[in-house]
Amino acid sequence: MQQIAIDLVANVPALAGLDPALMAIILGVVSGFALLTVVAVLGMVLVWLERKVSGHMQDRLGPMRVGGWHGWSQTLADGIKLLLKEDIVPEAADSRLFKFAPLLVFAGAFAVYVAIPFSETLIVSNLNIGLFYVLAISSLGVIGILMAGWSSNNKWALLGAMRSAAQVISYEIPVALVLLAVVPLVGSLNLQDLIVAQSGGIANWFVFRNPFTFLAFFLFYISTLAEVNRTPFDIPEAESELVAGYHTEYSGMRFSFFFIAEYAAMAGVSFVAAAVFLGGWQAPWGGDAPGGVFWMFLKMFWLVFVQMWIRWTLPRLRVDQLMFVGWKVLTPGAFICIIGSVVWDFSAPGWLRTLGTGGVGLITLIIFAFYLRSAARGLIEGRKQKAIA
Amino acid sequence: MSRYFANIYQSLSSIWVGMNITLKHLFTPSITLQYPEERWEMPERARNQLFNDIDDCIGCDQCARACPVDCIYIETEKTGPGEDLGLTSKGTKKRLKVLRFDIDMSLCCYCGLCTYPCPTECLIMTPNYESSVYDRTDLLYKYAKPWEYEELAGGDADASDDAPEEEKEAASAD
Repeated sequence: MQQIAIDLVANVPALAGLDPALMAIILGVVSGFALLTVVAVLGMVLVWLERKVSGHMQDRLGPMRVGGWHGWSQTLADGIKLLLKEDIVPEAADSRLFKFAPLLVFAGAFAVYVAIPFSETLIVSNLNIGLFYVLAISSLGVIGILMAGWSSNNKWALLGAMRSAAQVISYEIPVALVLLAVVPLVGSLNLQDLIVAQSGGIANWFVFRNPFTFLAFFLFYISTLAEVNRTPFDIPEAESELVAGYHTEYSGMRFSFFFIAEYAAMAGVSFVAAAVFLGGWQAPWGGDAPGGVFWMFLKMFWLVFVQMWIRWTLPRLRVDQLMFVGWKVLTPGAFICIIGSVVWDFSAPGWLRTLGTGGVGLITLIIFAFYLRSAARGLIEGRKQKAIA
Repeated sequence: MSRYFANIYQSLSSIWVGMNITLKHLFTPSITLQYPEERWEMPERARNQLFNDIDDCIGCDQCARACPVDCIYIETEKTGPGEDLGLTSKGTKKRLKVLRFDIDMSLCCYCGLCTYPCPTECLIMTPNYESSVYDRTDLLYKYAKPWEYEELAGGDADASDDAPEEEKEAASAD
């Protein structure tokens, strides 16, 4: 950002004489607003997608009426409705904290986007500790959630917030450790460096680098599900137990902040997963045609779709099961990943590396083949039912 | 220790099965019907809204007697000497003027018993199921056309008196 500001002041005649520091601030504000717009629109699209995916998985259609094509503007209408609703703050609530909490949750989810490289050049701030920043800032949301739960002065909200704190802090450990399995292979925490290290086609992506990074990718994915409070790890907002968890007392725009923050966080962790494990803005065959942004968003949408797919498949975990998975499965798994990945990458002979990449590639292909078979079966069965009817 | 790995294996395999099921359903066409645009095709002998073709009705009152909820109201008058009401489409001679043929669909139980005794098959159940109205009184369907008998008699004084009376009664019936 600083460098861009200096370049702009030096090269654009209209800006000559402007203080580069001021220019940097202006640039920051402008890109921040642009990013905010992107995140808000992305959130709405993902809410719509979630409703369509859940609908079709339950043999329904989902929203169909608002806006014409498959109810694409349903979320827009819902958002306007939420904006127009009365702003209610419970009498017994700590009103200052109550009002601040949704903003903090959203800020935590939104700030992640600052360090995400959408393409080779499109990145708001190319931090040299990008990965560390992402990990640190994404846990800001927990404070907001705790704040919301506490200030609501409501048993359900407080229980939800406490569960959330226990859960998110537990799962932060495997997330960070699993990312550490990749960092030594590059020697940098810069996300742009991590992506460049994966250039040269799908075989060089870190998922397929060796069996341990392959495992690390799945461990990371499962842990981030818990980080962003998605099913099967959504006990902080378990509606069958806690009404709505930490946002029980929220309505209107404040509620929609929590809602958008959830979807922004989903997309955020998917972006991180895409950048660290799936080659970021690079095409599967190397290069970034037709544009890094396209590939980044494609990968993000795929990962978010899988998150939704998991949500509408699996039931919620019990609290003790959740802790079991976090501490006894994912954390030891993450340690195995770190050690295994480093040892493999620095000592495995060439033929073993080829075998490892080929092996995990084969596993991926088999998984995809089976899922394709299921999809095809669904299509065939549907056609049969139509033929009968 | 083996229990630990068995647990992991079991959860992974059950996730695998579940994910396959939901993916299969994602690609199965949904069963939702977009109602105003798409409608159910009613089965051949669906029993819904009643309809009476008054031109074929001979006013025999058999339907009203068959009705278990008494929702059909019929009033008739014998034809005077020299009056000829003509034939039904099946060739039965019409001997009675049907001054009132009202069906209260808000009482109807859709049993279809009224349609079986009808000798001219003018009372039928149609497949139309969209008969919602804003006013309850709109569910009283009036099929009789007493004014036609007036025209037939060339402005008969009795008939012209009857028509408004029938309407008043019909209105007070519910």
